[in-house]
Amino acid sequence: MLHGEAVKLGKDESAAQKSKIGLILFGVYALIYAGFVAINTLAPKTMGIRVFLGLNLAVVYGFGLIILAIVMGVAYNHYCTKLEDRLNKPETGNAKEEGDA
Amino acid sequence: MIYSVSPLAIILFVVFVLFVLGISFYFGNKTKSSAGYFAAGGTIHWGVNGIAFAGDYLSAASFLGICGMIAFSGYDGFLYSIGYLAGWVVALFVVAEPLKRLGKFTFTDALDSKFNNKGIQLMAAISTLIVSICYLIPQMVGAGALVKPLLGLPHWTGVIMVGAIVIFIVATAGMTSTTYVQFIKGGLLIVFSTILTIYLVSNGLAKKPAEDYHDFKTIPVAVSGDSVATVESSDYTLAGEFKKGDLHFVKLEKEGINSWWKLGEKDGVAVLEETISKTVTGDGNVLYNGEPQEARKFFQVGHIGKLVKDGKEVDKVDGLNPFSYLSTIEDSEIIRFADVPFKDGDDSVTVWYQNPTPGTTIMRPGLKFKVDKGSTPWSKLNFISLMLALFFGTAALPHILIRYYTVPSQRDARKSTIVAIAAIGFFYILTLFMGLGAMTNGVLDMESSNMSAPLLAKYFGVGLFSIISAIAFATVLGTVSGLIVASSGAVAHDLMDRYMNLKLTDKGKVRAGKIAAVVVGGIAILLGILFKGMNVSFLVGWAFAVAASANLPAILMLLFWKKTTAQGIAYSILVGIVSALTIILLSPDMYARYGLDPATALIPLGNPGIISIPLSFLTLVVVSLMTQKKRKDVPAEA
Repeated sequence: MLHGEAVKLGKDESAAQKSKIGLILFGVYALIYAGFVAINTLAPKTMGIRVFLGLNLAVVYGFGLIILAIVMGVAYNHYCTKLEDRLNKPETGNAKEEGDA
Repeated sequence: MIYSVSPLAIILFVVFVLFVLGISFYFGNKTKSSAGYFAAGGTIHWGVNGIAFAGDYLSAASFLGICGMIAFSGYDGFLYSIGYLAGWVVALFVVAEPLKRLGKFTFTDALDSKFNNKGIQLMAAISTLIVSICYLIPQMVGAGALVKPLLGLPHWTGVIMVGAIVIFIVATAGMTSTTYVQFIKGGLLIVFSTILTIYLVSNGLAKKPAEDYHDFKTIPVAVSGDSVATVESSDYTLAGEFKKGDLHFVKLEKEGINSWWKLGEKDGVAVLEETISKTVTGDGNVLYNGEPQEARKFFQVGHIGKLVKDGKEVDKVDGLNPFSYLSTIEDSEIIRFADVPFKDGDDSVTVWYQNPTPGTTIMRPGLKFKVDKGSTPWSKLNFISLMLALFFGTAALPHILIRYYTVPSQRDARKSTIVAIAAIGFFYILTLFMGLGAMTNGVLDMESSNMSAPLLAKYFGVGLFSIISAIAFATVLGTVSGLIVASSGAVAHDLMDRYMNLKLTDKGKVRAGKIAAVVVGGIAILLGILFKGMNVSFLVGWAFAVAASANLPAILMLLFWKKTTAQGIAYSILVGIVSALTIILLSPDMYARYGLDPATALIPLGNPGIISIPLSFLTLVVVSLMTQKKRKDVPAEA
């Protein structure tokens, strides 16, 4: 016998589109992160260049990666929520699922 | 020991522990079903779950380990913060929603959802146990480090105490009480870290961090050839010396007490600079700066040598904001303390000497990770490997993934991840301030980098120290609880119920989970005692590497490659675990742990991810292609 989910979920018509945008955002962030690791590894002295308010590139890039993750997360949620509301009609169950706690 | 026990700290600690136990009793009476025990019934609000994520994730490694590493090695410690946070992007954009949809109680459920395969059930459960235990070790080490200043108890007592409390929390109410303990602890940690950072920045920077900060002396000497001939002070007599490369240490004796000094130069004159030292004598006595612990001569250290503001050298700077706080440190020169261990006859000596370091060096990579001066291709590869493991590790940690099953819907899973990213990201920005604050305010205990953040809080008063220490202890409780719930789910649900097909009743499954919690807790206690003294964030780096190698290839390929087979998943987990653990066990760091010369380590990499993650992916692809004929999907329910 297989098993069901912890909570019964309805069909999600927006899953494919959400997955696609998720992968694109992941790709963008991964590239920026890879750039950070590459500079630290190949040209660490570059990280000492002052770029903003007396802060060097190491600090600005590091803080930037953290803040970018938050901003991209909020944007992704906004997009996904709109998509779910548009594509998941109440009768498909997923829209109802959100309030089924 | 350089700390004194505070009654307020003990009271706060006891109150917090009683509160946590109260929560467990309360939810324990309500938790009867396996869904309630392992997944809190899937009823947790996304906001609570998001902060509980933060409480689960911001472990001893984040609070004690990262702050300590920044305090000792500057910006390199902050790289852990960046890597840990970046890993959440993988969790949010790639893993959160599909995993919520596929799973029930554990991450094994999700991996096995399309196959119902014994190999996956066994390997995923073993992986959960190994990753959780790797993650448990640093938490328990952190607990042991904390009880020393907090309650005046030795390391092993702290480890046993945390183990016992957590076993109680998990064994009584499972995921529900764990969630609320993590929620409260996560919230408190972020609030009080913010308060500590505000105190720190508004306090400014000063060359003498406190009135009672030890004044390190220098004594002029006459040098003949390459040896010290005479000391220009009638109080001291020469008693020995030790040379290593450019470093030259001299042992002086004063009134029967020996101390170690470093030969240096001041204004063109040869001088001896005072150091701090620890000596373990041939007969086992431990002396700090030549005297027993009780004499309290092992000073807390770390200060600014040259404080520069707007191009001028000053003694103190007030009125700083977060940006000018960081840029002032970058413009200044910090006195760090570097250690040199050596033998002096039958005695084992460790000397920590003053090592003036430009702020520009502290605020960019290179002090810990050899990517700049003295780097080799292996050391650069080691750094890339660590950053890779941190990026891909988060989304593969079983104790984090199970939190997706505690919320009602995919939307809630997504929203709680975003709350977690915001809370965790904000906290990680604070770690840079707290770490640098500890580095420059004369609070460091050179024997324990893990204590840097609590000792910084003590600088601002015993009240804040007591609260921060109690929260740090709670930090360990919250994370260890989550790890033990994940382990107990792996044993009771994945192994006993599904792999061994023992047909446990719902009640029997809960009972099995509780027994598993006690056993895993016992193992964690033992390992926490054995690994005393290692930086906790460093140890967590290994847990991330094992998780990223064993679990992430399986999760990603299951979601995005249609040719993935059950055999491919099972073998990729096996290869990921074995390769990651083998590289770790043969690494220079473990050689040092075995008492061997790290330079002779069979594998010069300290972090396995760059080899073990691709190897695990490759195994999955090759085995899946070889087993296409056997491929048999079982349609999932729903």
